Amino acid sequence: MRQVDDLRLDHLTKSFGEMTAVDDLSLTIPAGSFFALVGASGCGKTTTLRMVAGLEDPTSGRILIGDRDITGMRAYQRPVNTVFQSYALFPHLDIYENVAFGLRRRGIKDVKGPVESMLDLVELGPMARRKPSQLSGGQQQRVAVARALINEPEVLLLDEPLGALDLKLRRQMQIELKRIQTEVGTTFVHVTHDQEEAMTMADTVAVMNAGRIEQMGYPAEVYELPRTLFVANFLGQSNIISGAVAGSDGSMVTVSAHGAAFRLPGDRNSASGAAILVGVRPEKVTLLDAVDSARVPAPHNRVDGTVTDVSYTGVSTQYLVRTPWGQELTVFEQNDIVGDRAAVGDPVVMHWAVEHTFGLEP
Amino acid sequence: MAAVLPSGGVSATPVAQRRSRTGYFLLLPGMAWLGIFFAIPFITLFVTSLQAPSPDAAGQFVPAFQVSNYAEAFLNYWPQFVRSLVYAGLATIFALLIGYPLAYFIAFRGGKWRGLLLVLVVAPTFASFLLRTYAWQTILSDNSPITQFLNFLHLLPDERILNTGIAVVAGLTYNFLPFMILPLYAALEKIDPRLIEAGSDLYASPVTTFRKVTWPLSLPGVVAGTLLTFIPAMGDYINAQLLGSTGDRMIGNAIQVNFIQFRDYPIASALSFILMAAILVLVFSYIRRAGTEDLV
Amino acid sequence: MNWLRKNLIAIIGILVLIYLFIPIAVIAVMSFNKPEGKFNISWNQFSTDAWQNLCGVPGVCDSFLVSIQIGLISTVVATIFGTMIAFALVRYRFRGRSSTNLLIFLPMATPEVVMGSSLLALFLNLRFPLGEVTVIIAHIMFIISFVVVTVKARLQGLDPRLEEAARDLYASPRATFRYVTLPLVLPGIIGAALLGFALSFDDFIISFFNAGTLVTFPIFIWGAAQRGIPVQVNALATLVFLVALVVVLTSQFVSYRRRKSLEILPEEDRSPATVDVMSRS
Repeated sequence: MRQVDDLRLDHLTKSFGEMTAVDDLSLTIPAGSFFALVGASGCGKTTTLRMVAGLEDPTSGRILIGDRDITGMRAYQRPVNTVFQSYALFPHLDIYENVAFGLRRRGIKDVKGPVESMLDLVELGPMARRKPSQLSGGQQQRVAVARALINEPEVLLLDEPLGALDLKLRRQMQIELKRIQTEVGTTFVHVTHDQEEAMTMADTVAVMNAGRIEQMGYPAEVYELPRTLFVANFLGQSNIISGAVAGSDGSMVTVSAHGAAFRLPGDRNSASGAAILVGVRPEKVTLLDAVDSARVPAPHNRVDGTVTDVSYTGVSTQYLVRTPWGQELTVFEQNDIVGDRAAVGDPVVMHWAVEHTFGLEP
Repeated sequence: MAAVLPSGGVSATPVAQRRSRTGYFLLLPGMAWLGIFFAIPFITLFVTSLQAPSPDAAGQFVPAFQVSNYAEAFLNYWPQFVRSLVYAGLATIFALLIGYPLAYFIAFRGGKWRGLLLVLVVAPTFASFLLRTYAWQTILSDNSPITQFLNFLHLLPDERILNTGIAVVAGLTYNFLPFMILPLYAALEKIDPRLIEAGSDLYASPVTTFRKVTWPLSLPGVVAGTLLTFIPAMGDYINAQLLGSTGDRMIGNAIQVNFIQFRDYPIASALSFILMAAILVLVFSYIRRAGTEDLV
Repeated sequence: MNWLRKNLIAIIGILVLIYLFIPIAVIAVMSFNKPEGKFNISWNQFSTDAWQNLCGVPGVCDSFLVSIQIGLISTVVATIFGTMIAFALVRYRFRGRSSTNLLIFLPMATPEVVMGSSLLALFLNLRFPLGEVTVIIAHIMFIISFVVVTVKARLQGLDPRLEEAARDLYASPRATFRYVTLPLVLPGIIGAALLGFALSFDDFIISFFNAGTLVTFPIFIWGAAQRGIPVQVNALATLVFLVALVVVLTSQFVSYRRRKSLEILPEEDRSPATVDVMSRS
């Protein structure tokens, strides 16, 4: 593996007229990591990527690789390459020339060796003399990766690289991209709106909203403990119950909401004041028939309810349960139980571990 | 950290300026050409249209503000104006009636032959415009099969086609037909065939489907095609000259004769200006009514 | 009856196509005629005289060459100017965009007789001698707009990400233009040039006003008509028609072959992205 440097964004801001697309963004992406920037469309993630690529000038702030400031460098001077959304392969050049493009522009005469080994890496050797339009979507995607990687960039930017592929091919390419990243050791910055894809591929995920990063960390860490309402709802699903902090005894916070009481560990609470949103992921919730309510473990949080909808999805079953105060909560249950599932109209009790509960600022 | 703020902003401004200077440089030669050889002649034409005959030398004209030239031109040549409107209008309607089925056929039934069929539509224009018009002289001559057949049916008021208005309209229709078909095809080709299927599902009758689905969706092509046919037909004088009699002359003939033969430049210029103004008024009111202003 | 209803549109379409070719057929057939008198209007006797002796009538080939020369010069100049304008319109910001657009649109909406006469009025006022130069000036003027429209359409259809990809891959602005933009826009420029040449070669009205004593091919035909058009004119026109048809059909065939070669693709591996790229290239 080559020695590479961290990519640092330092108070990066981009405004288009009145609109601020990226708002004072500071971020360090460790060298050699697979970093995913995830957010809804229009959140500023693509603008951030384009500024790193040099295709967009920041309004203010700096972009650095290691200690080198690349903010003022033109796109063609930066040691950064991009895999574009829908690939942007040159339609008039064959695959070989597409891949050789960057080397030729840098005046490298002997391109045969690098191009051939790069085509082998993405398993497209036999396709070298085809035109991009003669390739399938998945093959084009691999050409786009090869065309960027052959330049041995310090950072590879991927802008929704799998957006144009169908589901089956996406899964395949996700694994493929991870393999390539491990093999070359380059820093990958991956922009996507698909939270599942981001979590599958990246070792660090940053959730972006309205030009700012809401939360950043290991995928499991961010998923298990969302710190904002946006992250709780964007990265997977969450049940959110609004309430008020009733008390705090050492490491535990007690919340009263709609006449019920919930507890959660103090270090899982992001609310600063008395008003709080209590949250739990649907798959953490267990469903019990109301007659079995005595079997709920004592320390668990619990809510009574009535089943209003049952959807069978194969691996799991999704229930909608109406609480006494009229809110509908979602419960995912693995289809590994023997016997009858709850049916619409059944009285049930939902419970979940205190350690799976989190508190958010409303 | 505030010290680094300008780094991005400063570099952006000169780039934008350099870009726009290149833009003007790119525009300059072509636009200057159009300015000198299209816009200025237009103004010269207007100035000429107001000139008065020189009191000293016959056939010479001096700058003046003789608005009466327009009245004179219009009074002398209003029949030609009306005839041009009628002939060009009829030719446009006929071209639409003839061109629509062919455009429809190529768009929906052409399949892999579409490209070839389109080439065949354009191909006739590869042969000289004048020769094609002369060919119609042969085709429509008095002892041609068409003329004799129509006479047999007693359909021709003058018992002939050549040297009548019918021949002029026929020539105009033929010569500008490709300009009708191409935009029609472009519009029809964009229509998703499933929309027509859905239409025939809803309305049952093919006629209703056409009226409610195909025709409205093809309107942009109809507008573009009628304009591309009407404008050149309105100003044409070759067809009237070669296929019509002296009684079938159009405004283009009047302009040509006044310029080249009579050398009455003020009247010829006034006629050109009236024609141009009439066309622009017609075109813009038509575009506005058809609601497709993005055409221009 | 049912068959007729099903194929009615095809029958009408084919009849219209035949109608389009009737005058062409007349021109071609008459090129093998041996006219009885001076006028080559009715069929008399089969002969290949005209084809064997294409330049057999004084002035025919001279005017033909004049038209080709005017067409080439006007096309080259107008294509360069028009392409530059198209790039400016699509790629750059500048003041006076709407008046620029109007000045490009107007020549296409102006009847030839108005353009020809107004330009003549200018040349007369300037006492500029009429001849080949004035005809070329006029042709460049009316071709520019068509070039702008054609190249602009191609340029607008160009995916901006392709040029961004080139910049991202170490191509300087100049290299981006040379290796990506120009090759991709070239088919549009060539198309515009062919159209421009065809317009120039066949133009009669504007040329007639501004030619003075110069004789182009259409002006020769016009003049010859009074005393009978020589059969050679028919032969030459048929020749031009055939050459143009072969050129266009060949390009059609090439693009058809290219599309055909895509159909070998394994079906299972084709995603919407492939189709997207195909329609763009």
